Amino acid sequence: MDRRLFLAGTAAVVFVPLSPATATPDAMAEAIRKIVGTATPTEGRVKLDVPPLVENGSTVPLTVSVDSPMTEADHVKAIHVFNEKNPQPNIFSARLGPRSGKAIVGTRIKLGDSQRIVAIVETSDGKFWSAGADVIVTLAACLEESP
Amino acid sequence: MSNILVNAPKTARRGAVIEIKALIMHPMETGFRPGPNGRIIPRNIIERFTATWNGAEIFAMDMSPAIAANPFVSFFAEAKESGTVVLRWTGDEGFVAEQRVDIAVE
Amino acid sequence: MTGRLLAIGLALVFAASYAAAQVGADKRRSGYQDMGEALQKMQDDDTANPGMLFVQLGGQLWNRAVGAADKSCADCHGAAAVSMKGVAARYPAIPGGSDRPVDLEGRINLCRTEQQKADRLPPENRDLLALTVYVAHQSRDLQIAPPYDPRLDAFRQEGAEIYRRRQGQLNLSCAICHDDNAGKKLAGIVIPEAHPTGYPIYRLEWQALGSLKRRLRNCLVGIRAEAWPLDAPEYVALELYLMQRARGLKLETPAVRP
Ligand code: HEC
Ligand code: HEC
Repeated sequence: MDRRLFLAGTAAVVFVPLSPATATPDAMAEAIRKIVGTATPTEGRVKLDVPPLVENGSTVPLTVSVDSPMTEADHVKAIHVFNEKNPQPNIFSARLGPRSGKAIVGTRIKLGDSQRIVAIVETSDGKFWSAGADVIVTLAACLEESP
Repeated sequence: MSNILVNAPKTARRGAVIEIKALIMHPMETGFRPGPNGRIIPRNIIERFTATWNGAEIFAMDMSPAIAANPFVSFFAEAKESGTVVLRWTGDEGFVAEQRVDIAVE
Repeated sequence: MTGRLLAIGLALVFAASYAAAQVGADKRRSGYQDMGEALQKMQDDDTANPGMLFVQLGGQLWNRAVGAADKSCADCHGAAAVSMKGVAARYPAIPGGSDRPVDLEGRINLCRTEQQKADRLPPENRDLLALTVYVAHQSRDLQIAPPYDPRLDAFRQEGAEIYRRRQGQLNLSCAICHDDNAGKKLAGIVIPEAHPTGYPIYRLEWQALGSLKRRLRNCLVGIRAEAWPLDAPEYVALELYLMQRARGLKLETPAVRP
């Protein structure tokens, strides 16, 4: 699997102007642009599973699955997940390959607030795919005393 | 020594796609939180998780402070040959942890 | 955060989501049943439940010799699966040679100081929580069974009084929320019946394992009441009452809670 993929993405960002049309906050849009370069991700093939309403934002289960045969000729190379409102837009970047068999990755994330999550997937043909989901975070009523 | 829990099958049919789940004890301190004394607690996270099967990388994940404490990761792999899967976590403050899992492929 | 809590408490608009406010003895619900499916699955899967990491650590500490006596828990108690089975279901209890009840953490600390000749572990210390969760896990799926011991009555009675006493700036009692309004929603959160079925718990809010005392403190802080220090006897009294109230419910340790 290819580390250059990430470096290439970083280099591309310099030349891409920020598009004011996007609804996502700038930091997330910028982070996504670092990955996709000049390409426009197509919505589809990607499923982002995250509960629409969570009892607590500090441990939110999240699964990304991609519809892909995962063969040498046609597979998912990377899955990136971003958020709008945390201090940093990147949540994780996973690298996969034909050996993965299935393009499904699960983890647990922190969300400081209700917000939109976006997954960007790069396939072996160099194309990008995306999916988004909104999460509403209801905070616990009985919290620790504030410091 | 780190506390790690791994869920992976001990045996698999050749060509089967198996799920591997791993959980590790780690605070994933974001570096954005004030401590009891009001000062920011320095960032202490796992930055990278990798999985190899008989030495070849089968999965990798770059993590950020937005990954929850005691990180959980699940992913899939095709069982091609018997061998050892090595899961490895590395991060801030020189953190390194490793867990080996033997999988027999028949 | 303080302002928000105060606002929530003062408004106390309980959105009635359950018709019946009365909780019959046979209808008691563990906090588990009030959680969403994702969290129930997290608790149920032993390789996904973060509390199990601490059970694993507790098992390692169980076998480690410490203190001037250079003895491990296992040296005296053997396999915890045998010797500790059912123990958590009947705590707090009065240890031999004493006349005051201790909770499970307190009992373990007694073995630390008297048997192992080691330092007392402070409240919420990671190793103390790990040992406690390891011992309590041996009683998972067993029914809560407080012991018959008349010496406990006065302490349990004190716990019941604290439970019903209005306190704090919001002038609320535990009973107003957890008996009269359990199952209803408070600021979007279902109020559980406050059964201590899963302690120590992995609370997502904490992103860590914590004791029942720490959980009770959160509720006290929530109603702007004086939160006793973590080693105060009030917590043991409350726990005695809560365990009596939860008699027959199954232990889930380590539970996951939001
Ligand atoms: C030197 C022997 C010794 C060691 C070491 C020791 N214990 Fe004990 N433990 C005892 C004895 C004796 C009792 C019973 C005391 C009594 O009945 O008053 C006891 C009681 C207990 C109980 C209460 C059991 C019940 O049925 O109520 C628990 C829980 C416990 N020990 C946990 C631990 C743990 C955890 C450790 C290690 C940190 C430990 N013990 C180390 C001797 C030991
Ligand atoms: C204003 C209402 C309110 C009051 C008063 C209150 N609590 Fe709670 N309590 C809650 C809510 C809501 C939760 C659920 C946790 C959450 O998400 O915040 C809870 C959780 C709990 C739990 C955890 C149950 C579990 O499943 O693990 C216990 C135990 C508990 N409370 C005990 C108490 C005790 C004892 C008191 C009195 C000292 C008290 N509470 C006072 C609202 C209240």
